[in-house]
Amino acid sequence: MSLPSYATTGEKAWYYGFRVITGLIFFFLIAPILVVIPLSFNAQDFFTFTPEMLRLDPEGYSLKHYRDFFSNSDWQHAMVNSLKIAPMATVLSVSFGTLAAIGLSQPHVPFRRAIMAILISPMIVPLIISAAGMYFFYSRIGLQGTYIGVVLAHAALGIPFVIITVTATLVGFDQSLTRAAANMGANPVTTFFRVQMPLILPGVISGALFAFITSFDEVIVVLFVGSAGQKTLPWQMFIGLREQISPTILAVATILVAISIALLTTVELLRRRSEKLRGIA
Amino acid sequence: MSAPIEEPGEVLAADGTPLKRSLARALRVQKLRALMLIAPLLIFILVTFILPVADMLYRSVENQIVSETLPKTVVALESWDADSGEAPDEAVFAALAADLQIAAEQKIHTKLGTRLNYENPGMASLFRKSGRQVKKWDLETDGPFKEQFVDVDEDWADPEVWQTIKTYAPKITAGYYLNSVDMKLGADGVEVRPESERIYLTLFGRTLFMSFVITASCIVLGYPVAWLLANLPMKTSNLLMILVLLPFWTSLLVRTSAWKILLQQQGVINDILVWIGLVADDNRLVMINNQLGTIIAMTHILLPFMILPMYSVMQSIQPTYLRAAKSLGATNWTAFWRVYFPQSVPGIGAGSILVFILAIGYYITPALVGGTSGTFISNRIAFHISISLNWGLAAALGGILLAVVLIFYYAYDKIVGIDNVKLG
Repeated sequence: MSLPSYATTGEKAWYYGFRVITGLIFFFLIAPILVVIPLSFNAQDFFTFTPEMLRLDPEGYSLKHYRDFFSNSDWQHAMVNSLKIAPMATVLSVSFGTLAAIGLSQPHVPFRRAIMAILISPMIVPLIISAAGMYFFYSRIGLQGTYIGVVLAHAALGIPFVIITVTATLVGFDQSLTRAAANMGANPVTTFFRVQMPLILPGVISGALFAFITSFDEVIVVLFVGSAGQKTLPWQMFIGLREQISPTILAVATILVAISIALLTTVELLRRRSEKLRGIA
Repeated sequence: MSAPIEEPGEVLAADGTPLKRSLARALRVQKLRALMLIAPLLIFILVTFILPVADMLYRSVENQIVSETLPKTVVALESWDADSGEAPDEAVFAALAADLQIAAEQKIHTKLGTRLNYENPGMASLFRKSGRQVKKWDLETDGPFKEQFVDVDEDWADPEVWQTIKTYAPKITAGYYLNSVDMKLGADGVEVRPESERIYLTLFGRTLFMSFVITASCIVLGYPVAWLLANLPMKTSNLLMILVLLPFWTSLLVRTSAWKILLQQQGVINDILVWIGLVADDNRLVMINNQLGTIIAMTHILLPFMILPMYSVMQSIQPTYLRAAKSLGATNWTAFWRVYFPQSVPGIGAGSILVFILAIGYYITPALVGGTSGTFISNRIAFHISISLNWGLAAALGGILLAVVLIFYYAYDKIVGIDNVKLG
C-alpha cells in the first residue's frame, strides 16, 4: 500500500489526493458527532460556537445544560423509563434469541432459510410499519400504552441482532465438545451452561449490547405503542427537536455519545476475545 | 422395540433395528430438537411482530363498518340500480331511518360518516345532521321517509351519495389501496382522482427517488473508504474502523440533532461559510427543512451500512490479481476497472440493497430535517395513524411500502444470503 520509490509524479499526486479525499469522508462521518460535545458546554442558549468559546475563554463554557438535564423532571422521568424498558427487552431477546440461535446452528434444521427470514424480518421491515401494526394489534389485546407492550415490541426488534451475532459465534463452535461432555455423563443442561455457554458468551454479550442499544435508541415504536407514561429518552429528544429545541438536548446527546463509545469498545474487545477463543485470529 | 428382520443381510444397529431406520430416527430426533429450541422464539416473533403486521394488512382491506352500521339499508340497496341517475325508492329510505335510529342511539353514525367522508367529502356532516333528526322520528307513523330525509339535507336526493354507500357496502374493499395510488372506486369501477387530490404517487415517487439518491451518494462516499480500510495494514485500518463504527453505534437522534444544529441558518456550517466570506451574512444558505437536508443527514446516517459490507468483500480480494494485471501491461486504471472493480461489485450490491431498504422506510430523520418537501411516505403513514385517524389508508400505504421492501429483502437474500449479514 505504501508508495513505491519509482512512483511517477502523477501517481504521487493521486496517492496523496486519494488520502485527502478519504480523509474528508472520514471527517464527514465523525465531525457531526464530535461537534455536539463542545457545543453542549455552551454557557449561552445558542446552538453555535460563541466568540467566548472560540477564544477558549472559560466564561464561555458551563455545565448548565447538564444541570438542567439532571434537575428537569421530564428528562429524569424519561431516563428512568429508558433504563427500565431497555434491560427488560434485552433479557427477553437474549434468552429467546440465544436458544434459537443454538437450534439454528444444528446440522439438520428443516425450513432453516424460511425460519431465518422470519426471525431477521423485524430488522428489515420499516419501523413505521412495525409501529403501525403493533399499535393496531396491541390496542386490540390491551397492551397499547403499557410497559409490557413496549418491552415486548422492543424485544422483537432486538431479536435479529442477537440471532446474527450468536449464530456468527456458533459458526466456529466445535460440536464435538458437547458430544464429549455428554459422553462423560453431563446432561444437556449442564453441557449447555458449563461447555457451550462460556465459549459463545462473547457473542451473546455483544448480541445483548446490540439489543440494548436498539431499545435504548428506539423512537417510532415507543411513540405509537407507548403512552405518555412510557416516555423514553429518545421520545423526549424527538419532542424537543420537533417543538421547542432546547440546548439540553446537546447535553443528552453528549451523554448518549459517551454511552455509545463505551458500548462500541466493549463489543470490539469481545469480538477479539471471541476470535481468540475460537482460534480464528 | 425390536423390529423383525425383513431382509437377510441387512445392516442392523446394536439394538437390532435396521441401521437405515435407526439412522432416520436419529435424524428425526435431531431435527425435532433443533425445532424445539427455535419454537419459543418463533412463537414470540409471531405474536409480537408477525401478527401485528398481518393485522395491519387486514385493516388495509377491511370495511365492515358500512354493513354493520346500516345492515337493512345495504340489503335494500341491492335492488337499486346505481346507474339510474335517481335516488332509491321509499323502501331504502325506510331501512335507512331504522338503521340510523339505532346507530344514532349508539352514537356510531358519526364514525360511519367519517369513514364515508374519506371517499366522498361532505358525508360526515350529512350523517351527523341526519342522525340528530332521525332520533326524534317515530318509525311507525312518521313515513314516508324519503321526503323527510330530503328535508333534512338535499344531498339525500343526490344519487352520488347512494352510489358511495353502495360501493362501500362490501366487507372487503380495495378502496384504501386505490386511494393510496391516487385512484378511487367510483360508481363505474376504478377511476383516477382529480388532479388536485393526487398526492400519494408523487410521494411514493419522491421516496423512491430520494432513497436512490441517498444510496448513490453512499456508494460514492463509501467506496474509497472501504477500499482504504481493506488495503491498509491491519493496525491502522482497525483504528480507522472506529471512525466508521462510532457513528453506527451512536443514537439516530443524536446524529439527526447534530445535523439539525449544523445545517441551521444560524448553525455552525453557515457561520463558517460567512466567516470565510463565501456567503454573505444576510444570504445564508437554506440547507434544512428541505430535500437537501434529508439527503445529507440520511447519507451520513446510512453510510456505515454501505461501508461495512463493501469492506468485508474487498478484504477477500487478493492483491495479487492487481499485480498480475499490471505486470501484463495494464495501466492503473485498467487494472482497477477490469480486475478489481468487478470483484468488488457484490459488496456494492449488498450495501446498496441494505441502504435502500433502510432509507425507503425512514421516518425520524425526514420528520425532523425534511420540512414539507423532504418528507417520505412513512411520514404520511404516521400522519394518518395519529392525526387524520384514517387507519385503513395508513395500513394500505404501509402495505405497499412493505411489498416494495420485501421484494428487495428477497433480492438481498438471493444475492447475499441473510446468514451473511454482519454487524461490525
